[in-house]
Formats: sequence, structure tokens, C-alpha cells
Amino acid sequence: MKRGLAEMLRGGVVMDVVDAEQAKVAEDAGAVAVMALERVPSDIRRDGGVARMSDPSMIEEIMAAVTIPVMAKARIGHLAEAQVLESLGVDFIDESEVLTPADQAHHIDKWPFTVPFVCGATNLGEALRRISEGAAMIRSKGEAGTGDVQEAVRHLRSILGDLRRIGTADSAELYAWAKQLQAPVQLVQELAETGRLPVPLFCAGGIATPADASLVMQLGAEAVFVGSGIFKSSDPARMAAAIVEATTHFRDAAIVAKVSRGLGAAMRGLDAATVELKLAERGW
Amino acid sequence: MKVGVLALQGDVAEHASALADSGAHVVEVRLPGHLAGLDGIVLPGGESTTISKLLELAGLFEPLAERLAEGMPAFGTCAGMILLATEIVDGHPGQRSFGAIDIGVRRNAFGRQRQSFEASLEVDGVGPGGPFDAVFIRAPAVERVGPAVAVLADVDGRPVLCRQGPVLVAAFHPELSEDTRLHRLFLDTCEGM
Repeated sequence: MKRGLAEMLRGGVVMDVVDAEQAKVAEDAGAVAVMALERVPSDIRRDGGVARMSDPSMIEEIMAAVTIPVMAKARIGHLAEAQVLESLGVDFIDESEVLTPADQAHHIDKWPFTVPFVCGATNLGEALRRISEGAAMIRSKGEAGTGDVQEAVRHLRSILGDLRRIGTADSAELYAWAKQLQAPVQLVQELAETGRLPVPLFCAGGIATPADASLVMQLGAEAVFVGSGIFKSSDPARMAAAIVEATTHFRDAAIVAKVSRGLGAAMRGLDAATVELKLAERGW
Repeated sequence: MKVGVLALQGDVAEHASALADSGAHVVEVRLPGHLAGLDGIVLPGGESTTISKLLELAGLFEPLAERLAEGMPAFGTCAGMILLATEIVDGHPGQRSFGAIDIGVRRNAFGRQRQSFEASLEVDGVGPGGPFDAVFIRAPAVERVGPAVAVLADVDGRPVLCRQGPVLVAAFHPELSEDTRLHRLFLDTCEGM
């Protein structure tokens, strides 16, 4: 049932919003869900300091403003923040590396919660560890707040490439894969059988244009998260609608071209290869 | 039998595999041209506001409305039920629906994700196999049922599975369970047309 909501979001765009007004813009543009947070990742990157769960009143305002699902972020390992978010009635919790981690060794045990969790992953082992802890959705991390898609591509290719390799492994090799990935062998055996993760795989971290969305969908993502990419662009409402349309029609280059015309400036961005603070390295 | 699944957003793959397992030739529908030659169409679960928006953007609303008005069989689950209803009680401003089945629905009527639930349903007319395991996710409720509509299953007196002629709608997600009886029931309707 927790995985069910993740399935319903497939093929859609989840957008970061910082207030009720942005949430309405996102909903009008066709977002399948919004992520309520006080600062988008590019601002967290710029401001520095400790990034924590958002103020509950701000999350509640956003929940009241839209009818689509609302997600909110808790720090890695911060089970009390997750409990607070669950008590607010948010539809999904993102245990996120964008916030400052609360625990350097453990993620939240997500099984006791009734609310579903999404967690980031840079590779298949990380994804499987999060699933074994109870995550109902995995998002490839990318490098949040950069507007640069290269890390998103690297993480997605790493996860899906290893998945394909496991699909051709024999039964003895699956034990070696489990050791190498530091993941439960039962999950590795399940992957070998089904050829896919047991939960939906979304893509995040650096998507800033309709063509970026088309790229990661063609690589095998099942939906996209757009953080700073929308409200740091020059015309957020148009950019949001364009990314929604490109995500649906990701294989149709003529439609991606149509929605990309005259969009104005995408977020300025940072080359993810040169940023000093690598958010994607948070998570164990 | 050629059956389309509206593939703008939502759990398209689950419907496609349930239909294929039941013997249908499945086509993903994203653009008006994909409607050609279909014997029926499934409107999946997802976000109804998003799917509505994408129907308009793709120029698919009018041609699909026309096919439905001509009597093409349709099966809608959750968001799909909302889109097929005559009336959306608390729709997003400007949200249109196809009016293919005479019911009034309220979105997210059972609450947010925390109030999502599973129920074991007694369903009329799906043959042997016992109760149907139904998954409800931020489910809509049927608040008004027109005289021509048959209620095939309910939860505590609230209709959750309804039928009017060739149109079948569920507030839950039969595509998420292994049970393909409702998909087969729908394919029987397509075959009978």
C-alpha cells in the first residue's frame, strides 16, 4: 500500500516548493506532487549552515493549498523529524541528503511508519540498503541544487547498469553481488528474477530543462524530481508545465522541442564536477 | 482484441501487464492517433489533475470524449474513475471529465495517504475466486449514483465499483493486486461490443 502511492506518481514530476503560492503554480502546471521545504537546494548550498526539517506551519499551509500529494524532508537518521512529519499527515517523507545528516551511520528504520518514505541512492547497493530499511521509493541522487544533470545521469546509469548485469548473473554470482553491493542476498536474488527494483525508481538532482527530463526518462527513470530547476528559472510556471509535458512525451523529440521553445533562462547552475560540497556523498 | 491504456501519467505498466496476461493486445495512448482501432480503453490510477492537464495539452480530450460518446468500452481506476464521471464534486478549477458514467465523485474523499487502506470486497458478477482484495490509495468516493448505474461493490455502504453499460469504474486499484478478474470482466465487455 505504501508502494502503491509511489506507483501512482510514475510518469510525473515532483516539484520543490517553498510556499503555498509556489505549490499552486506547481499544481496548475501538472505536478503529481510537491515537496514542501523552506529553502530549495541551491539556496541551502549558498547559505550554508545546518539544514533541518521545515517549520510544520509552513508544511501545513502547503497541504491546505493543494489537493495533490505533499512530501516533506527529514534529515538522514532523524527519526523524530520523521515522526513529526508523519503526525502532520504528509503523504511521503523524503529522508534526504539535501538536509544536514543527523546520524553518520544509520538511516531511519522506516518499517514502523505508516507513511511511505523515499530515499536517495547513488548506486544499486545504496538503493537496496534503503529498500531493506523500508523505503517505498528510490530516487537517484544526482547533485541537488546544481542544475547540472551529469551526476543524475551517472547515478541512474550506475543503478540500472548493475541491475542489467545482475540479470545475466548465475546463482553463485548473486552471492558475490550481494557482498559487493553490501546488500541482502534475498533482494539481489529478487532483482535477478524480476529485472527491476521492487519499488519505483525516480530521478533527482540537477534536472533543469525539458530535455534533461526526457534524457533521464529515456535512461530508465520512472518519474522526476525537480528542485531548484523550476523556481530558479526566469518563468517558473512555463518551465514547470514544459517539464511535465516533456516527462510524459519523453520519447517524442518533436514535443520536447515544442515545449522547449522560448522558455527563457533555465537556472544558472553550477558545474557539479567542481562543487566542493557533494550532497550525494551523504548516506551510508 | 486491441485495448489502449491512457499512458500520460500513473500506473500504466500494471494495467498493461494485467491486460496482456488476460490475452489483450495492449497499446499505450499518448496522442490522438493512438486511439485508432481500439476496442476499449483503460484510464489508470495517477493524479487526476495532472492527467486532465496532459489530456488537454496532447489534444486528446476531445477525440477521446468522442470515442466514449460513441460507446467505446472504458475501465477507470481511481484517477481514471474521476475522469470518467459526470461530476467531480471538488475538482481543480477548470478540471473537465468525460461524463461517461452517471456518478458524482469526490477526490481524496477517504483522506490522505495515512488513511489509505485495503479491503476485502464481495463483488457481483466476477465469477469464482472469493472476495476481491482491493487497495485504496488516497481514494475518491462516489457520492451520487445515477439511475442507470449498477453498484457492483461497496465499502460500508459507499459504492467503490460501478458499471453503466460499457463503462466500469473502481475507486481502488485492481491493477495492484494479482487478481485479474476485473480486467477480464472488462475485456468481456470489449468483446461483446
